[in-house]
Amino acid sequence: MAIHVKNLNYYYGDFPALKNITFSVTTGDFFIIIGPNGSGKTTLLKVMAGILKSQADQLEILNRPVDHYSRKALARTIAFVPQMIPVDFPFSVTEIVLMGRSPYLGMLGLEEEKDLKIAKQALAFTGVEHLAHRKLDQLSGGEQQRVFVAKAICQEPEIILLDEPTASLDLAHQVRLMDLMEKLKNERGITVVMVSHDVNLAAMYGDRLLLLNKGEIVEMGDPKEVLTFQTLEQVYGCTLLVDENPLGKTPRVTPVPRKFMNIDRQEE
Amino acid sequence: MNTKTPLLLKRLSVISLSLLLVLLIAMFLGISMGSTTSGIKVVFQSLFKAKESDPMLDTIIWQIRFPRVLLATLVGAALSLGGLVFQALLRNPLAEPYILGISGGSAIGAIIGILIGLSRFPGVSLMAFAGSIAILLLILVMSSGQTILKKDALLLSGVMVNAFCAAVIMFLVSMTQDSRLHNIIFWLMGDLSMVDMGHVGILAAILCPCFILIFWFSNSMNLLLMGKEMAQTMGVNIKAVTVILLVTTSFMVSATVSYCGLVGFVGLVVPHLLRLVFGPDHRVLVPACVLGGGAYLVFCDVLARVLPKQGEMPAGVITAMIGAPLFIFLLKKTRR
Repeated sequence: MAIHVKNLNYYYGDFPALKNITFSVTTGDFFIIIGPNGSGKTTLLKVMAGILKSQADQLEILNRPVDHYSRKALARTIAFVPQMIPVDFPFSVTEIVLMGRSPYLGMLGLEEEKDLKIAKQALAFTGVEHLAHRKLDQLSGGEQQRVFVAKAICQEPEIILLDEPTASLDLAHQVRLMDLMEKLKNERGITVVMVSHDVNLAAMYGDRLLLLNKGEIVEMGDPKEVLTFQTLEQVYGCTLLVDENPLGKTPRVTPVPRKFMNIDRQEE
Repeated sequence: MNTKTPLLLKRLSVISLSLLLVLLIAMFLGISMGSTTSGIKVVFQSLFKAKESDPMLDTIIWQIRFPRVLLATLVGAALSLGGLVFQALLRNPLAEPYILGISGGSAIGAIIGILIGLSRFPGVSLMAFAGSIAILLLILVMSSGQTILKKDALLLSGVMVNAFCAAVIMFLVSMTQDSRLHNIIFWLMGDLSMVDMGHVGILAAILCPCFILIFWFSNSMNLLLMGKEMAQTMGVNIKAVTVILLVTTSFMVSATVSYCGLVGFVGLVVPHLLRLVFGPDHRVLVPACVLGGGAYLVFCDVLARVLPKQGEMPAGVITAMIGAPLFIFLLKKTRR
């Protein structure tokens, strides 16, 4: 088991953001957490990343309670790719990716030749080695996202957590990023856990999905089990068309605008 | 090449050695220049204990100029480092102890200390430290919560804190009918002239451990620039690092303020210049700020001594005249 969450409650002040959450992520899975705005997806991801503190017995990473890990040991196990990465200072791409080695190095993070090699491999894996000497703030959103994935790979983790990595990307970059995460899972056996708004990307790439609503688990399982129109309409509170993607035979979700409401959906 | 050698080592030593050279040149200039202009050759003779050196010049060099140059080096180093740390921790390239009001807070503390007749060390220094911590807490309270450290909000609060500090300082100065009044006002503008070697020794003993401590956390500062969440998931103990760095920096700044008043904008000019040349890696920038910042303030102090037709002006006048326009330029550049 890569991650095991047990009876997790999380409060922001008095507001319960997560209520009695229990689930497991199998090692080597592409695991995607979906749900409407404010459902607690990102909070859940941040608890798993160790950014938000859970109670002692509520979170196990690789079958060990999270508080048995030192800060650096946890950083060697889990890498986190946040949604918004502020870049106020002009680091080069290589410098950013090399920072991924910090959990393996001393206080000053003095990298050796070996670390540079790992960084170069990570850049090649994510297809941005040609950007190695560019400054981060000169890159497009899609390129920056790949650099931070390369940094995460350079951290040599067992698990990578990503917070809505496709949110600000165009269609081509969305698919490229998702393909990259799938390649990471297949070639390196890394467990990928992602929060996503995009139900259709989740349907196409996810091995298992977790549907959250108002801080509670609504459904968990493979995409066909989770993405039914009864469940989704109830959770999202709007009319949806759920049919099958002709290519991958995965569920396909289309929101239905008001002007299409009179067309009979059963005719599909 | 040995693969075990840290990649940074060579770069760090080249940069440090070249900046050390710049610092030595600045110090030599600082020792040579002054109201009694003397030939460089004569200064050399005195410096290296040549036989026929003028005892009068010896006194000027060793009792007056040398401590002054050392003080400028220490203060410049500490203030540059202060700017660097604040810029990293507040994620704001315009942050600086003087601009934020930390220096002003120290000055209030120091003036109260002077007025109630405490000795410069440790009395006045501790009062200055208390003042700087009070302002630091005020800034942290103001910038916490929902509106997190927006560039403009932070600067506006700094302007107000500074205005308030200036008012309190004038209030305190006006309340005393003291002969020390002139001294206080001169000191406030950043005066480097009132020290002897004893003071310099104490200041060095205070500051050098701070420099080492900040260097120890230089890689943590790099990681913090990628955001608190990212840094945390890479093994940085955010709370501990932030508290240690902010307190150390405030301590350094208050120590410099209690010895030579308000020297503004050094922490803005030097880190920006060095970042432009050497990039944003703090493991390089921390030692570079110590050496380069020292050299910068020594140069400014030389100007402050050479430019006036008679007497001299506080070095803070020069640093403000260079720094304030740069600040406005940077503010315009960073706004999008």
